[in-house]
Order: sequence, then C-alpha cells, then structure tokens
Amino acid sequence: MSTLTPIDPLLKIYSDTESIRLSSGTPLADRVVTDIFAYTEKLAKQVVLREDTVQCSWKDKIDKIVISRVFGYPLMLLLLGTVFWLTIAGANVPSEMIASVLFAFQDVLTQWFQLAQAPAWLHGVLVLGMYRTLAWVTAVMLPPMAIFFPLFTILEDLGYLPRVAFNLDNMFKKAHACGKQCLTMCMGFGCNAAGIVSARIIDSPRERLIAILTNNFVPCNGRFPTLIAITSIFMTSALAFSQSLLAAGMITLLVLLGVAVTFAVSWTLSKTILKGEPSSLVLELPPYRRPKFGAVFYRSLIDRTIFVLRRALVVAAPAGGLTWILANVYIGDVSVIAYIASVLDPLAKAIGLDGFILMAFILGLPANEIVIPILLMSYLATGQLTEFGSLFELKKVLLANGWTWLTAFNTMLFALLHWPCATTLLSMYKETGSKRWTFMGFIIPTALAFTVCFIIAQTAYLLGLA
Amino acid sequence: MTILPVPLSTLQPGEKSKVIQLDVKGLLRRRILDLGIVPGTVLTCIGKAPAGDPIAYLVRDTVIALRSEDASLIYIDSAAR
Amino acid sequence: MELKIGDRSNALKDHGRVMREHFGIRTTGEQYVIALAGNPNVGKSTVFNALTGLHQHTGNWPGKTVDNAQGTYTYRNKSFLLVDLPGTYSLLAHSVEEEIARDFICFGHPDATIVVLDATSLERNLNLALQVMEISSKVIVCVNLIDEARKKKLSINFIELQKELGVPIVPTAARNGEGLQELQNAVYTMAVEKKKTRPKQVVYSEEVERAICTLLPKLEKLDLARVVNPKWLALRLLDSDISFIETIGRYAATQNQKIVAMPQQGSKITL
Repeated sequence: MSTLTPIDPLLKIYSDTESIRLSSGTPLADRVVTDIFAYTEKLAKQVVLREDTVQCSWKDKIDKIVISRVFGYPLMLLLLGTVFWLTIAGANVPSEMIASVLFAFQDVLTQWFQLAQAPAWLHGVLVLGMYRTLAWVTAVMLPPMAIFFPLFTILEDLGYLPRVAFNLDNMFKKAHACGKQCLTMCMGFGCNAAGIVSARIIDSPRERLIAILTNNFVPCNGRFPTLIAITSIFMTSALAFSQSLLAAGMITLLVLLGVAVTFAVSWTLSKTILKGEPSSLVLELPPYRRPKFGAVFYRSLIDRTIFVLRRALVVAAPAGGLTWILANVYIGDVSVIAYIASVLDPLAKAIGLDGFILMAFILGLPANEIVIPILLMSYLATGQLTEFGSLFELKKVLLANGWTWLTAFNTMLFALLHWPCATTLLSMYKETGSKRWTFMGFIIPTALAFTVCFIIAQTAYLLGLA
Repeated sequence: MTILPVPLSTLQPGEKSKVIQLDVKGLLRRRILDLGIVPGTVLTCIGKAPAGDPIAYLVRDTVIALRSEDASLIYIDSAAR
Repeated sequence: MELKIGDRSNALKDHGRVMREHFGIRTTGEQYVIALAGNPNVGKSTVFNALTGLHQHTGNWPGKTVDNAQGTYTYRNKSFLLVDLPGTYSLLAHSVEEEIARDFICFGHPDATIVVLDATSLERNLNLALQVMEISSKVIVCVNLIDEARKKKLSINFIELQKELGVPIVPTAARNGEGLQELQNAVYTMAVEKKKTRPKQVVYSEEVERAICTLLPKLEKLDLARVVNPKWLALRLLDSDISFIETIGRYAATQNQKIVAMPQQGSKITL
C-alpha cells in the first residue's frame, strides 16, 4: 500500500500490530480514549471543588429562550432586524457629516488646482474622478460598517452565533448541507471573501463547497450600503423614525430572500453536481460570555476604518478615475461610457435595469462598494454634481434618469444575487484550488440574477405595472 | 439488575443518563470519543432546536449539539434516567 | 517515560530550525519558538492576542487551507515567536487541523508548547493536555478563564494539579490580562533556562499497556527515540494510524539526512 520505503521496519511492525489489534475485544483505539478520560475524570475530581452544582444560572435560562420552539426563530429575526435598524438609523448622521467634510475639501482641492493652473483633464481625473469616488465610498461605507461590525462581533463574542447555527441546522440538513454553513454566512455579512475562507470549519468537502458557492447570496458590507441607500430612497416614506424602521424591515426581507436562495441553491447543488447525503454535525455551544464592549467597539472601529479607507484608496479611487475618463472621452458626440451603456441597454432593459446600471455592476467587479458612485458619475457625466450631502439629491438624480419602482427593486435584487466581487472569486479559487468551481461560483449567481430580474421585469411590463 | 440500552435520541430535555455503547462509525465515532463521550460518560439533554433537531447535550461541562440520527446510534442506560 | 529529545546536539538544534521551515515558521536570529495549542472556545486566541498584541502575521500552513497565525513578543530581552496552532479537541489526527497541530508539536521542535485549557471544563480539556504531554516534555499548561470558573463557584487546586501533571501550570484570565506575566515567565524558564519537567504519563488499562509492552522492544531497535516518544508511537500503531506512521517515516528520513548534511552551519546556542 505505502509508497514510502525509508522506514520499512516500522511498517513491518505496523503489520505485526495487526494481530494484537484483532485479538483485542474492544477496539484498542476506543480503549485508549476511554482510559484517558477515566484519568482526567479522576484528576478533575481531585483538583476541582464545586460549591453549587444544582443552582440554575441565568445562562442556562437564556438558552431555554434562545433555542426554544416558540421564541427561537422570532428572536433571531428580531435581533437581525435590530442590528439592521441600528445600522441604518445610526449611520445617517455620521454619513452626512463625513460627506460634508470630504466634499468641502473637494472644493479646496479644486481651488488649488485652479491656482496651479492645472489642466482641466487632470483636475477631472484626480478630483472629480478619484477623490470624489473616494469621498463617496468613505462617507457611505464607513458609518454602516463601523456600526454593523461591532454589533455582530458582540453577538459573536456573546456566544449567540453558534445557537443560530444550532437553530437553523435542520433546514441546512434538509438542503443536504451543514449547519455550520450558517456561521460562514454570518461572516459573509462582513465580507464574502472572509465568509468563504471561514468555510474551513466545515469538515465535509462537499458541504464546504456548497457553503463556498452560496456565500455570495448574503449581502456583504460592500453591497449593504447600496441596498440601504436605495431602500431609504424608494421604499419608504418621509417620517424619520418610521422610515428607518421600514428600511430595516425591507433590508431584513431582502436578507431573508438571500437566505432562501441559499437554501434553494444548496439543495439544488446537492441534488445535481454535488450529490450526497448530509453528513453529521458536532457543534459546541460555548457558554455565554459577557463581551468586552469597549474593546470590541474600539477594535472594530479601527479595523473597519482601515479596511474601508484601504479599499477606497486601492480600488475605488482608481475605478473613479477610470470612470471619469470613460465619461469624458468622446467618440463622435457620445462619451465612451454612454456608448457602452447604449450597447448594454437592450439587455439591461429586459431585466428591468438600464445600460448605466448594468455597466456600473460590471465595472464594480473589483469591489461592490463602487457600483453606486460609478453609476452616479456616469449619470452626471459632465460633473455638475459638486456636493453630495443627502439621499434626497440622490433620489433626484435617479428619478431624472428614469428610475421607477421596478428599476429600484430590480437593482436591489441584482445587487443581492449577482456575481461575487473579484476578491471573493480569488478567495474561492484559493480555497477550492479549482478553476472549475470558481467559475461555478461566478456563473450560478450571475445566471440566477439575470433570470430572477428578467422574470420580474417581464411580469411587470406585461401587467403594465412599470 | 439488567441494563436496557436505548438510543440517546430518546432522552428528553432535563433527563440524564450514562452512555453504554457507541454504534457510531468512522470519523464521527472518533470525534464523539474525542469530546469525551465514552462508555460510562453521563450525558444530560439540555434542549432541542425549534425544529426538534439537532439536540444539545451537556457532556463534561460542555454543551455539544448532535443531529438526532447520530444521537440514535449512541446507546444509554434506560434505567439511569 | 523519559524523553531523549531533551539532549539534542547542536546540529540537532540547528536542524530544528530547518524542520520548522517545513511548517513555514521562520525565526530571526535568536528567537524561541513557542507553540500554542488548545480546544476550540477556550480563549486561545485571546491568550495569543494578549501576548503578541499587534505583532502578528496571519497566513496559511504550507500547502493547507488552514489558518496559521504567528506573533512575536519580547520578554526579559529575549524574543519569542508564538505559533497559534489550530484549535482541536485531540491530537489523534482525524482532521487536517489535528494533523497540523500534532505534526508541529512532534516535528517542529518548539522550545515550549503552551496548552490552553478552559478552567470551567477541565475534565474534557485535560484530554488534549495529556496527549500533548505524551509527545513533548516541554509543556506548559495554561488554565484560562479562571474568572469564569470563579463565577461558577469552582475552585481549582493548581498546586495539586501541577504535582499530578508534572508540568508547570499557569492560571490565567487572558481577557483581563490576569496571569500573563506568570505565563511569560514560565515560558522563559522552560525555553531559555531549559528547565526540565517530568510530564506524568497516562497509565492505560492492562490490555493496552500489555500491547504497548510487546511493541516497545521492537520500536526501540529502530532508534527513533529522538524523533518521537516510543510509547506514543506504539499507541499510534495500535490505533492503526497509518498516515502517522508514514509521516514519521518521512520526518525520520529527512532528519537523518539533514543531520549528516548540515552539521554546524551557524549554530546558535543559548546558555
């Protein structure tokens, strides 16, 4: 059997051992483990003194509720919704503050360029393209991330997330997948690439692949603000409090839709290209521990700020520069960007979007957070947009470009379902080591996004709803 | 006194009993052993997930969740409840 | 059981560095390598973070999709490289994580291995500690989460535990920074001052011990004692752990080659 020769004598002893193993009644391996535990039991009894074992602590009582038949699922929904609501409601003011500071600085930058008598194109690429996108991404991305992350980390530190996996395992089992997939999805809220790496906790290679291929259906932080922005603009009324509540409800519904799609795709994969029975689950439910709130907030704030700024610098700024160039280089009397959009338009219209939106999603491949800035820049190719304080202005821009409820709805659906970003695809490749599976990870969501949006758009057109 | 082995999955929340025998095979068997679920170990059923499955057990001061079909391959002493 | 690994030659010490590089561990100059093992959910990463702070580097174990975190810290002017092993319940290698943890403790020649235990669940956690103690004599047991144990009204007799196990025991509450000084001190004593320990070995039931006894003479002839504890090897044979037998073959082969091939190259010895 073995291909190794250097220690042949050892292998010989190994085969000699066979007789000893067979002669023993119970498997010796079991014996070894049983003996160790008999010893640790004795040791623990000797050194550990328990004062009260009978008294039921608050932690046990909590579990009675968290995993209970009545409260288990509602509590999960409530917590999810609350996290979204706190994120949406809390992010608004800091977003506007950051925006006003950063866009005020844009005017200063413009003055400097004028003083230096820099050519208009240089100002365009650097300030209107790169800086403005950077400012937008920072203002829109940072506050929700800085709120969402610590909240999630607290749920994690508290020990709640394994309970979620415990509660949902039965559904994953029905989809022939592993309950721990739920933990990878939770990671996916932060970043799908991180979610895919976290699929390492799943032992069965088949179930791990399912978790990797479906992680994208959880909206990551790059797509999350896009969803929040569009929801806040289109789906809700004007009242501040009820508005944020409604937006949170809407986002929760979208996330639930993503979860439903995850189950459906996992099930389909298990019945087709990843055939197999669900394997077993051994999940530890660690005791509840009070999180270190201060440390969590401090650490995630720093982590997230660095993360967002780095992505904004490395990905968003160059993409902004490129978009500005595309929007300001003309072929005949149409800009390159308008030309590309017009080519994409028929396909985009068929799925309820428009050419600019589809192009923004395509150009957003490096990072999802740049989709909206690119879209705005291409809508406002001439660059009249100097300030970007409120969502209200965003609404004006979108409405001026012919957005309807269908456009908004399908854009959100497309954002939820479409292809993963480049970083995520790269992680998929690294984790699976296979180009084929990476391609599957790309094509499944893409096909799904087009199909779902197509059906909804065509139905709406047919019924004359949009 | 005769010992009547019954599957662990029949243990109801709040009840406790002793492991008698493991019929689990392969990798799962090793995992379960490594967690300290060996013949003689006392298990307490802590609760079930809202759908009735998986089931959480207290083993050596740690809560471990198992799917019911896996738990049904672990036999416990029916008398010791 | 006496381990012969302790009295390695200089060449072997140098060799240790070469072996570590198989695991993607690179030490700079005079740096001590400390492995950090433990069950999942025992606050192992808290201990890791508390000791190394921001001096961390994360990546993968060579050729594996398993996280590898390394960090450095300085204590009494000595530099230590802390290698965070995957969290495992045992070292019997039923998963890639366990294989990595086992191979590193066994063949990576760490200058000390810290096993982090959950004070509230010693009975289960000691399983891993005892397994590590079978492989290596340079073990420090860190009983973490003593704050939780206090809340649960558990009192642990650490002196008794230390006497029973024969290795240094350090109680910690890493979240609050409690006991970390003592942990660093214990690591220093073991890695730098080379203080010897006598880890207590599990006495198995008669049947197992008898089987070990029949195997031991045969194994001792192979002269593998400086690679691996013969009793532990015997247990793996009884466990029909063929993958480990092959791994041993591989390491023993490289070990013999390397010792001959590179005798004195820049050997660094600490006194």
